[in-house]
Amino acid sequence: MSDDTTTTEAETEAAPTDEQRDALVERFREALGDAVVDAEVLPGKDVWIRIATDAWAESAEVARNRLGARYFGFLSVIDWMPSPFGRSMDSEVDRVLAGESAPEPPAMEQGVTGGSTRFQVLARVAHVGHPGDFWGVTLKADVPDDSLTVDSWVRTYAGADWHEREAWEMFGVSFAGHPGLRHLYLPGDFEGFPLRKDFPLLARQVKPWPGIVDVEPMPGEGDSDEDGEGAES
Amino acid sequence: MTAITDRQKLQYIAAQAADARVNVELEAEGMTLNIGPQHPATHGTLRIVARLDGEQVIAAEPIPGYMHRGYEKLTEVRTYAQVTALVNRIDWLGSFANEVPFILAAEQLMGVEAPPRAQWIRTLLFEMARISNLILFLGDMAVQLGAVTPAFFAFRDREYVLDQIERVTGGRFHPNFDRIGGLKDDLPQGWLADTKATMDKVRAFCDEIENLLMGAEIFQARTRGVGVIPPDVAQQYGLSGANARASGIDWDLRRDQPNGMVYPELDWKVWTHPDGDSFARFWVRLQETREAANIVEQCCDGVPGGPIMAKVPRIIKVPAGEAYVSTENPLGEMGYYVVSKGDLTPFRVKIRSASFNNVSIAPWILRGVYVPDIITILASLYFILGDIDR
Repeated sequence: MSDDTTTTEAETEAAPTDEQRDALVERFREALGDAVVDAEVLPGKDVWIRIATDAWAESAEVARNRLGARYFGFLSVIDWMPSPFGRSMDSEVDRVLAGESAPEPPAMEQGVTGGSTRFQVLARVAHVGHPGDFWGVTLKADVPDDSLTVDSWVRTYAGADWHEREAWEMFGVSFAGHPGLRHLYLPGDFEGFPLRKDFPLLARQVKPWPGIVDVEPMPGEGDSDEDGEGAES
Repeated sequence: MTAITDRQKLQYIAAQAADARVNVELEAEGMTLNIGPQHPATHGTLRIVARLDGEQVIAAEPIPGYMHRGYEKLTEVRTYAQVTALVNRIDWLGSFANEVPFILAAEQLMGVEAPPRAQWIRTLLFEMARISNLILFLGDMAVQLGAVTPAFFAFRDREYVLDQIERVTGGRFHPNFDRIGGLKDDLPQGWLADTKATMDKVRAFCDEIENLLMGAEIFQARTRGVGVIPPDVAQQYGLSGANARASGIDWDLRRDQPNGMVYPELDWKVWTHPDGDSFARFWVRLQETREAANIVEQCCDGVPGGPIMAKVPRIIKVPAGEAYVSTENPLGEMGYYVVSKGDLTPFRVKIRSASFNNVSIAPWILRGVYVPDIITILASLYFILGDIDR
């Protein structure tokens, strides 16, 4: 409400020390105990916390009501499966769709804070206090491979409604306790889950990738490895 | 051509009467009103289905998706440099602002930082994008209230800003100008002076709009106390930008998280309004347009010399990692969650667009309002369809 001019206060926030973020992780640990599986702090930039799947709804409760992260940023899903189409960024066609044998896909590898399942749900919440008092955190949780279901956040953050509907139709991940998982973007009879890695992007099949020119290496650089393939076309 | 007999006329009247009876019956149980997907008040193809009781809305459900372009999927087959061309089209009225958070996220992953001159010009263009976006809002809001003139003023004066953007980037709407590590080109000669002159026109436009609208009785009656959003609800739904500030939340990412921009070095002010109604949202945006003009002027004065590109490899491979960077875009918080596996393309990009959250509050806020207020409330929330549908 205050209309304070605050360019000065930005300085205090611009240097959020590691201690602040470490302390934040500690507060999550205190509140959730063992449910905090892993955490990573990128000093001065960001913090990620991975929550056990069972405690996903509880973590929202803790973040909002106990730690004051009342601002809901977004909620989404990551599909960690490597593309089965051999669509390495430099291949001109999706090899599987073109009838060629797929190259051996690299092993599935989860990103920051690790994980063990194909799908992970992630959400961003933030605390917005008086001017300059602002922090954000990315929460993650594994989505069980068999049930593909995690608890819904709608009860805690009403804004999670649309985000979960989107995640549900795009990735096929269900949210237990959501008041109405129905299509948001896609037509009701749409089949498949478009943002999954194994959902083919047909536009890539019928046309060569427009980016192929940019991948062409300069003479003398990007010699033999994957950069080179593009240049031959 | 045959003459219409009296008998036919009677039949017609009877049929009309029968229809009217049906309508009456429907109304008793609640009528369903469909707005869109093609409707001038929705700035694109947003469809709203409202169940009415008389003139009052019982429940309203926005239905997006008529323009979904699947950018999150497409980014997975584009190099980092190409992604900016896509994301330009998310909020098409403030295109340059869409590129910046993505580039900043990529820069964070790569550990590069743009040289100071590039940071200043980035900030400059970012605010110009904000002005060109908000000017249209200020004119459009009036249209939704039945006043057509301000829209013409808006389109006229926005063009001065777009001309300046075009002189630098070559594109009025889709600059595609931001690069990892800096900018595509330097500023043309004489541009800074002309831009400062343009800012006077922007201020004159703001004054004009204020004089035309703010005191008008109709404007006040249609916006004051209409569509009130309490701060806590706003935060739960993730409302950001001017919508949040109009609910009294003193939060601006330009001030609170100025990564890669020069806002801390400038003298400017975050405007908030305690009311949270449609009027407050209009008022905050009006002040923000003026503030953005101030920022642009300061940037024009402050742009240092030096290179506009940091040293980056020609073929950009972003090291494996994850980064979420968001900036204060004209519509609110816009962020990209970029997951890289060390390849030429992102592994996954989650686009957190402001309008998506800003409109998701619609079912909550439209409950109980009167039909004409649907239009003004949505107009004051200010969304761009491309920003919802991505």
